[in-house]
Amino acid sequence: MNSENWTPDQPIVSIRDLHKAFGDLEVLKGVSLDVMKGEVICIIGPSGSGKSTLIRCINALNPINSGSILVEGQEVHDPSLDKLELRKKVGMVFQQYNLFPHKTALQNVMMAPLKVLKRPKDEVENHARQLMARVNLEGKEDSYPGELSGGQQQRVAIARSLAMNPKVMLFDEVTAALDPETVKEVLLAIKDLAQSGMTCILVTHEMGFAREIADHIYFTDRGVIVEHGPPATFFTEAKDPRTQEFLSQIL
Amino acid sequence: MNAFQQFFYDISADHPRWNFIFFYDPVQTDRVLTGLWTTIELSVTCVILSVIIGLIGAWLQGAQSRLVRAIVQGYIQFFRNTPPLIQLLFFYFALGQFTPTYSPDGWLEIPIISNVGWAIISLSFFAASFNVEIFRAGIEAVPDSTKEASESLGMSRLQTFIYVVFPLAFRVSLPALNNNLVNLVKTTTQALAIAVPELLYQMVSIYNDYSTAQNACMVVLFIVYIVLVGVLVMGMNTWERTAKIPGYGQ
Repeated sequence: MNSENWTPDQPIVSIRDLHKAFGDLEVLKGVSLDVMKGEVICIIGPSGSGKSTLIRCINALNPINSGSILVEGQEVHDPSLDKLELRKKVGMVFQQYNLFPHKTALQNVMMAPLKVLKRPKDEVENHARQLMARVNLEGKEDSYPGELSGGQQQRVAIARSLAMNPKVMLFDEVTAALDPETVKEVLLAIKDLAQSGMTCILVTHEMGFAREIADHIYFTDRGVIVEHGPPATFFTEAKDPRTQEFLSQIL
Repeated sequence: MNAFQQFFYDISADHPRWNFIFFYDPVQTDRVLTGLWTTIELSVTCVILSVIIGLIGAWLQGAQSRLVRAIVQGYIQFFRNTPPLIQLLFFYFALGQFTPTYSPDGWLEIPIISNVGWAIISLSFFAASFNVEIFRAGIEAVPDSTKEASESLGMSRLQTFIYVVFPLAFRVSLPALNNNLVNLVKTTTQALAIAVPELLYQMVSIYNDYSTAQNACMVVLFIVYIVLVGVLVMGMNTWERTAKIPGYGQ
């Protein structure tokens, strides 16, 4: 399969038998999963189970050892692939926001469309202002990241990713570094995005949120997917003892 | 003689150890002004060149090739671990012998790199060896996660460097750069050893000719350097302040 004959009824992200090791430490030991367009996937599991590594591989931030990751039918780890093409399709939001501290919120959102897509400035600025409004940050356009709260920074980071018009959004524990009060505003922004039909892959510890917005939940432990299912059945009818134990600890 | 000149002439008459000869003798005034101008030219040129070489060096230190990195490292070790005075002498007397010459009139043989040229080269490379390390520290202070965020937005490595890493690294580097440039301006006086007609050279010449002017020369030298370095530091501090990012690093 290649990108020319990819059709929207096929998975937009398709991972097969993914193996990834850091030196001798094998982090992913044969992970496979499919995400359809418009689906919201939550990946949960204990720390060190390879969740973050998995979604970083989708964006080619980490190289892989074997297996395949297709995004719209394109092999992500094909050395001849233009990473730019991949990253236009896949947006990513990080746990620590990782905004550019020397740029205002609006400039953060505008940078990639201006420099990477080379769009005209007026158009980019209009779009950026719309995105800032969409994540409820009107009036904060000219603030620097250091002047914003964690929740606000994270919403700027979401807007910054959206500015590239991605087809898939990856969220890597985006609320893990936030105060409990600001978690909600970020989750609302993600929920709005998910409901608008954006394909989302989230690594999260927010079980209530996962249950509410996910179409499908994957539980990973020690580098493999132990169990997966729609939230309605996943939380109540988990079969694997590892899943049961994990859920009993956090629910 | 105008009132200003008369004033200093009277001082020298009453107090023979305080002969500010360059304030009333136009010939000496001229020597001091040429010296001052040469010092300013030398300082400005070396500051700019040393920053440019420092940036190139810091960039080359991130190169893939081990050979390139080893060369940069060797350069730093050589220039940082040897006295600038010896470097000046080496450049001028040792390397100077091998530079081609030209002849404007068929008799004279003038090397294409003058002593001023060698002073600029030598002092710039000397200060740049520190600047490389200063910039490298700044670049290393930029978190990998910030670079990753930039790459995840589709920016190339070069774009990430230009728009994200460099602006942040430069801010981190400014205080240390400030110190090194102050040292550089003061080190330009060592160009005296290869007869670059900068301020110290002129002052020494003056008090060799008029021994009563020695104290006066020293006083003026101190004052000029306090002012020169003061202007540089004020400029750098203003730059540091304007480059400060609201809410960042406080």
